[in-house]
Amino acid sequence: MTGFRLTRRAVLAGAALAVTLRPASSEPEDMAAAIRAFTGGKTPTPGKVLLDVAPLVENGNSVAVAVSVDHPMTAAAYVSSIAIFNEKNPQPGVATFHLTPRAGRAWVATRMRMATTQHLTAVAALSDGTYWADRREVIVTIAACTEE
Amino acid sequence: MANALLDVPGTVKKGEVFTVKLVLSHIMETGYRRDISGKAIPRNIVRWFTCSYGGAEVFRAEFTQAVAANPFIAFTTIATASGPMRFAWEDDEGVKYAEEIDLTVTG
Repeated sequence: MTGFRLTRRAVLAGAALAVTLRPASSEPEDMAAAIRAFTGGKTPTPGKVLLDVAPLVENGNSVAVAVSVDHPMTAAAYVSSIAIFNEKNPQPGVATFHLTPRAGRAWVATRMRMATTQHLTAVAALSDGTYWADRREVIVTIAACTEE
Repeated sequence: MANALLDVPGTVKKGEVFTVKLVLSHIMETGYRRDISGKAIPRNIVRWFTCSYGGAEVFRAEFTQAVAANPFIAFTTIATASGPMRFAWEDDEGVKYAEEIDLTVTG
């Protein structure tokens, strides 16, 4: 009887440990992998980028986002790409924009869907091979993907 | 509704940085929804969008299903010379869309 109880405890302890060790969510790893794929494995440095999005949105079906980069747009030094990533939508990518020095300004805007309250990250790729990022939390009161 | 709504200034000064805004008319079906019989509705999103002006591509975008229905796109470009500004995009069903506007550059 004692042996059985110990075994059961061991099993329960093991199960509890397995639950504790499991990551809270697999999406952030997806997001990190998507960012690595965009940067070619480099970790973007925080700075230069401004991800302009409302901190609280009512409707996750259409959230206005704009990304600007504090960087010149000349043939010698320019922002070549801007990508937006999310934490908790079913897929980590949102959109990737490719710019040229003819853009004049490093700025893009779009509207996106947000499944729930989460962080967004904007990453800018510069012509000198460096990557810069900004991260914002957006609270969503009505999520996208709930309407049929 | 036409394929897209365009908001581009008709006349711009040479060298000026101006903003191009578009709303593409597209459902941006995510592929995660089901119809009334429970069958998955296949994904149909605008996969890419380009803008060419003055003989070169000046802007390109790649989308995922996280872009809202009727995608809004805004970007800037420098006025170089009068001429057509061409926009093209394609969805998952392989439908290719194109729009064009004539830009007048002064000075």
